[in-house]
Amino acid sequence: MRIELERRASASGLFSVVSPLLALVLTLLAGALMFLMLGKDPLYALYSFFIDPLLEVWSLHELAIKAAPLILIAVGLSVCYRSNNWNIGAEGQFTIGAICGSILPVLVPQWHSVLVLPLMLVMGMLGGALYAGIPALLKTRFNTNEILTSLMLVYIAQLFLDWLVRGMWRDPKGFNFPQTISFAPEAVLPELLASGRAHWAIVFALVAALALWFMMRFMLKGFEVTVLGRSERAGRFAGFSARRMVWFSMMLSGALAGLAGISEVSGSIGHLQPSISPGYGFTAIIVAFLGRLNPLGIIASGFVLALTYLGGEAAQLSIGVSDKVTRVFQGLLLFFVLSCDTLILYRVRLVLGTGRNVDVRS
Amino acid sequence: MFEAILLTIVTAATPLVIAAVGELVTERAGVLNLGVEGMMIMGAVCAFAGSYLTGVPVLGVLCGILGGAAFSLLFGFLTLTLVANQVATGLALTLLGLGLSGQIGESFVGIPGVKLQPIVVPVLSDIPFIGRLLFAQDITFYLSIALVVGVHWFLFRSRTGLKMRAIGDNHGSAHALGIHVVRTRYLAVMFGGACAGLAGAQLSLVYTPQWVENMAAGRGWIALALVVFASWRPWRVLAGGYIFGAVGILQLHAQALGIGIPSQFLSMLPYAVTIVVLIIISHNRRTTLINTPACLGKPFVPDR
Repeated sequence: MRIELERRASASGLFSVVSPLLALVLTLLAGALMFLMLGKDPLYALYSFFIDPLLEVWSLHELAIKAAPLILIAVGLSVCYRSNNWNIGAEGQFTIGAICGSILPVLVPQWHSVLVLPLMLVMGMLGGALYAGIPALLKTRFNTNEILTSLMLVYIAQLFLDWLVRGMWRDPKGFNFPQTISFAPEAVLPELLASGRAHWAIVFALVAALALWFMMRFMLKGFEVTVLGRSERAGRFAGFSARRMVWFSMMLSGALAGLAGISEVSGSIGHLQPSISPGYGFTAIIVAFLGRLNPLGIIASGFVLALTYLGGEAAQLSIGVSDKVTRVFQGLLLFFVLSCDTLILYRVRLVLGTGRNVDVRS
Repeated sequence: MFEAILLTIVTAATPLVIAAVGELVTERAGVLNLGVEGMMIMGAVCAFAGSYLTGVPVLGVLCGILGGAAFSLLFGFLTLTLVANQVATGLALTLLGLGLSGQIGESFVGIPGVKLQPIVVPVLSDIPFIGRLLFAQDITFYLSIALVVGVHWFLFRSRTGLKMRAIGDNHGSAHALGIHVVRTRYLAVMFGGACAGLAGAQLSLVYTPQWVENMAAGRGWIALALVVFASWRPWRVLAGGYIFGAVGILQLHAQALGIGIPSQFLSMLPYAVTIVVLIIISHNRRTTLINTPACLGKPFVPDR
């Protein structure tokens, strides 16, 4: 038995909508199988993983909190990936954004002004953008593979944060805990509604997604991204610069990751600590692909992946499985998304037996 | 003291060399598998499980190899049969591997493992200085050297190796000549997976004989950089592996001596050195282009 692919004349519109949904269904089936193997009732497990967290107001707020950084990072990454620049170091840009944004509230806590919060956000974005500028510089100047350099910079950023909060920036009155002083009220991202913890980050995320959707759909820049990503040569004939595109896409995604970082620290945590992210930068890669690199799709997929985080926490308590299940779910989901995407460009045919297309006459 | 440091460098370099040689073969066949980290960590957990459950560490090594190879098949199916994007699929393999290994290894956390015993070669190991360094190591070290020699011979001296390089450089022409592109690539991907699995087995049975979540700690990515560093030549992988291994060990010794530099900065060293090395190797665009397999990462759909 073999699988044969036949290229479609044009990308299938039907399957570009159906394939992410198909991937979700397959992930759920694989998840049910996994729970069965762990000796849990699969239906109850899936229920407490994916439905339970949606039934209460406070957990909907948590969903928005977790979806915000995922969407922010993923829409930036989608521009990168569409232009064929493989930034996989968003986790590092998130971390550096959080550090740069925290300079004001940590070092000048006595400055009380309405300017503090906007400045923090801007500095966070700048920090993230500059940190993503390193792989961009290395790629344009030295022809270095951005996949490897951006990933190495993740480890460096995390170690740098670790050093800061255990050393220079440690709260002197913090009983030796490795964390900075708590941010003053004017440095904290305000909550959105009175009913729960969700803060402004989700608004930033939705605005960023809509803005980038507009750019990709209606602006020349979006066209430039797509053309250069499909074929650098064709882009050059149109007068687009691949080099400038590396800078643009990397720094844009870095800035958004940085914004996600400082929003998370300011809105959800309230101080810097050695670990500020449950792997948002990597999960956002899955979000970007599940959303088919389309900003509107990414909004939906951001909430789906946020749900896996919440479900993982809930399932720990209700059915006693570890939080690693979340990571397995996320990995499986990306696999199924990538395999289902084949259906968009190709017709898939199962050939039974060893049957080749044998010429009958011979 | 000096000999002890050299011994630890060998132990640190071995997994890098093994994983990089495997990935080198995969990339020579034109497939870019970014999932080395994931296959390595799966190899590590399978090896620990095998050795813990059977009590025989060598069987653990076998489990690691099989685990890595089986896991790489997932990548092969997606990128070779379904022609999915290789970069994205490689990332998926790493993410899934990290999650799955954590889930499998949950019950092994904190259990002391069994260390793989060294195989002492009589007579040769009595040579002063280098004897204990080269002839009283565990099986993974000998395998790493054998792999480098074997892969060099295979790629540049054997007919199949020539075919494999042809596939990596121009899969269209290779297909037209009747070479089985997809089948060969499947084998190359599985070889890469088996090597990454073996490297992982070395981590959980020799380097630190226990299971720690995420214990590959970026070594899979460093192995990927090593392939670029070696410009796809096996002997240079050996040299590069030992340079990277030495950096990793020297920073540990520097931390132990407490030389006034914060430990976090010393821990950054292997990653920073990787970046610097990549810059040095890649800045000459022409030599990079000559060495890189021309079809690396490109999708192939046979026309019938």
